[in-house]
Amino acid sequence: MMELFGPEEGHYALALGCVLALFQGTLPFLGKCRSLRSLATLAVPLAISQCGALLLSFICLILAAVRDDFSVKNIAENSALNKPMLYKIAGVWGNHEGSILLWIVILSLCGAAVACSGHHKTGLTSLFRAYVLAILGLISGGFQLFCLLTSNPFTRLIPMPADGLGMNPLLQDPGLAFHPPILYAGYVGFAVPFAFAVAALISGNVNSLWGRWVRPWTVAAWALLTCGITLGSWWSYYVLGWGGYWFWDPVENASLIPWLSGTALLHSAIVTEKRNGLKIWTVFLAIASFSFSLSGTFLVRSGILNSVHAFANDPARGIFILSLLGLISGGALFLFAWRAPTLNNGPLFSPVSRENALVFNNILLCSLCAVVLTGTLYPPFMQLLFGRTLSVGKPFFDSTTIPLVLPLLFGMGIGTSLSWRHASLGRTFKRLRPAFFLTLITAIPLYWNFRNILAFSAACLALWVITSSITDVVMRLRAVHTLRHLPRGIWGACLAHIGVGVTILGICGMDTAQHAIVASHIGEHHQLEGNDWLLTSVRSLNGPNYQALQADILVSHQGKEVATLHPSLRTFITPHQSTSEVAIHSSIRGDLYAVFGGVQHTNPETYILRLHDNPLAPWIWIGGLIMALGGLLSLPYHRFRYSKQNNLQKTHRTAVSRDHTPCL
Amino acid sequence: MPVTRRHLLAVIPAVGITAFAVGCARMLSRMQQGDYDPRAIHTPMLNQPIPDFANLPSLPGLPPSFDAPTLRQQDHPVLINFLASWCIPCVTELPLLKELSTHVDIWGIVYEDKAERVSAFLNRNDQPYQRVGHDFSGKIAIDWGVSGVPESFLIFPGGRIVWHNSAGLNQEVITREVLPLLELTP
Amino acid sequence: MRQKFGLLLVMLMAFSHQAWSVESPRELLPNPQQEAQAEEVGRQLRCLVCQNESIEDSSAPLARDLRQIVRQQVSQGRTSHDILKWMTHRYGDFIRLKPVFDRGTALLWLMPILSLGGALLLARRLWRRRHHPLPLPPLSGEEKARLHKLLTGD
Repeated sequence: MMELFGPEEGHYALALGCVLALFQGTLPFLGKCRSLRSLATLAVPLAISQCGALLLSFICLILAAVRDDFSVKNIAENSALNKPMLYKIAGVWGNHEGSILLWIVILSLCGAAVACSGHHKTGLTSLFRAYVLAILGLISGGFQLFCLLTSNPFTRLIPMPADGLGMNPLLQDPGLAFHPPILYAGYVGFAVPFAFAVAALISGNVNSLWGRWVRPWTVAAWALLTCGITLGSWWSYYVLGWGGYWFWDPVENASLIPWLSGTALLHSAIVTEKRNGLKIWTVFLAIASFSFSLSGTFLVRSGILNSVHAFANDPARGIFILSLLGLISGGALFLFAWRAPTLNNGPLFSPVSRENALVFNNILLCSLCAVVLTGTLYPPFMQLLFGRTLSVGKPFFDSTTIPLVLPLLFGMGIGTSLSWRHASLGRTFKRLRPAFFLTLITAIPLYWNFRNILAFSAACLALWVITSSITDVVMRLRAVHTLRHLPRGIWGACLAHIGVGVTILGICGMDTAQHAIVASHIGEHHQLEGNDWLLTSVRSLNGPNYQALQADILVSHQGKEVATLHPSLRTFITPHQSTSEVAIHSSIRGDLYAVFGGVQHTNPETYILRLHDNPLAPWIWIGGLIMALGGLLSLPYHRFRYSKQNNLQKTHRTAVSRDHTPCL
Repeated sequence: MPVTRRHLLAVIPAVGITAFAVGCARMLSRMQQGDYDPRAIHTPMLNQPIPDFANLPSLPGLPPSFDAPTLRQQDHPVLINFLASWCIPCVTELPLLKELSTHVDIWGIVYEDKAERVSAFLNRNDQPYQRVGHDFSGKIAIDWGVSGVPESFLIFPGGRIVWHNSAGLNQEVITREVLPLLELTP
Repeated sequence: MRQKFGLLLVMLMAFSHQAWSVESPRELLPNPQQEAQAEEVGRQLRCLVCQNESIEDSSAPLARDLRQIVRQQVSQGRTSHDILKWMTHRYGDFIRLKPVFDRGTALLWLMPILSLGGALLLARRLWRRRHHPLPLPPLSGEEKARLHKLLTGD
């Protein structure tokens, strides 16, 4: 059994997956041209078997890593005998080749999920689904070719080395082990709305039913991307050791851009579903979101971006991904340019209505997206076109994005209280009055905690978002009387909006963070923000593949012990590197964060410590998780919806049949 | 089919992605040719007079040191090379510099390094420098806008910086960029 | 292929010596106001070797030297503007994380306004059409008869 599922089987399975994907990508179109319905329906089994082949391939790579098969080049370069098991497995996707394979596996999982989704219940025709699967198959096939031709994870190394080169210790972290799969699932998840959009352009058929199919996929991808970004931000906060959580690094921006356009898509798809409006715009956003994901993948792996996080890069790979990007996104956008003008855009919007609030949401989110995109691409393009090197960093993004975020927060509070079609201003004000007073009451005591008026206003608006989301749900509950009758979408939106408020509050809290850098003897006290930090001892420890020096710091507040922190310095054996392990004590009030900087060999020895007091820091990531949870909660269960909204479905079916007439 | 504003609007994204792709393709191909470096820092010191600095400390067992006026008074070009013994590319470019020293005087500025280590390092290798100064604190390097070692500047008589390279030198760069400049020497 | 080995090496060193990123407290200025000013300036200056970090956040030796210079100049009473100018004179626009507004960066700085304006113009069509509703096609004879029937309640 040991010999089974080795690297060769994995390599074969990958090649098989590639062939299956290319069939999946072409047969439905062939079936349509030749009017052979059976050819088109083959897409479903092909998608499922492609997913199986790729899963097998991925398992083979993981098994090779677990078995320390250093005859596989990728494993010899990134693993080592003494690496803990968790990182042997997680290390598979910690490098370029393995992460591309993971990317493809997730894409094929999405394809299989579309193939298995209950299409007949949602009115999804099998031909349309075959188109969607074909587009997913083409994307997947392209990336499998990329994997096989330029970055094959199964390439052998002869002669086989006795031990591997090991992995960057910074990456040996549980947060980072799970960060890439979730982030990729988010990136790749946008392939499904993309495929739906392209299929809709091909069939010339966009209506509210299409909006209903697209929305759950968008929500799922968005929730995973939110989760992935949150994890990444948390990782940099506790691993990189300088207390920052977002650096506006190009690679971080590469994940934020699809998130922003995906958030816009999420909201415009609601208008498409409920009001049959903004259809062209929703199709465009679906294409744009996945294109941004692809561009992010390209930029991170081509070496064009000047970033700390970039993968070791190779222009030949860059050219391959760029061609794929050109074919996939360029093709879709040219199709859009050709077909979009023939689609009708749906009804007109009254200025005071839910749909119009969502239009404003889209305007602001897309402006934010444009700003981040421009800021990220400006330096390389300036250098290319004018030979001028410049930097666009945190201070720029802070000063350009905050003015756009503040009105967005303000609008979030109002938007959910507006009714569809025509909202009465008077009634909306009345509805919002309790939230307004609650915000006032909670915000006034906060005023003295902030030094910065901008941070204070952002905190007020965050409170406004939270209170208005809660009061909105309370009022809806009073109207429908029971919890069960409130649609899950309302709960999801409320939760996601609360999450945004919580994150913004966390960011505002971090704006008031304090830190001190001290050289301390053992037994010395330091005061920071009313807390007393005492260095009690320093010891040396032995880890599985490192040696460490660990400081014990006792933090107390007015004589009462609050926490004991153990920051340490680790020196790894393979590769020979040292890292600083940050110690964090989290509570709802904020983080106590200590970094062990090093030893000064004076007599007696002094230890350099950096102490941070970060108010509300955990709220940033808790908020992110709440957002993701809100998204997952609003995912519809088709069975539930079908039985309840049987009648609605019928009206949608009729809407499909007269698609080219305006639905006024 | 009449072309409406709608058609024009719908074309914008396609135009955008085409421009993006063409730009990126240019960057990649120029990266492969070696004349586009995403990490490059274009120094504003080019075609500027050299910064002022007093006589640098000299190093034991090595050629004498220099100051800014001495550098300005030269009647032939000088290549200023920032180096350190802990920097691997500095070691790899030493033979090239030795070869280049037949065409141009090369003066070294040692960046943030221990005197005895540099002396040992340069005496062990066949060192190309006519003069060597020590910038122990790294402050002189900052005045020159140096961001990492090795870094080289070509100085024309009168103390004008005419060429700058912020990477390890290689034969191609020398023949393509340095030697033609040397022929231009007034 | 030209590669910036020196930078890569320094970058690697920055990572491997990441443990030393805690500056020595002796680096800091005793006057808290001046220290705050120095931090403010330092956050706008990019660490040249470690990419996209400010010199305040970076552990690279060059960043440490630049921090020292910033603090020296702050304690000499120089304004933030002067210090930024001093740095730009040596390292060019590249060192400023917040680019200055000039002809080359106008598009970057105006992007928020341009994108908002563009999006509003695009969205205006959604509302403007409201005032000029599309003329409905005239009713056919059959429809007229049906309407009449409905209105009269036959």
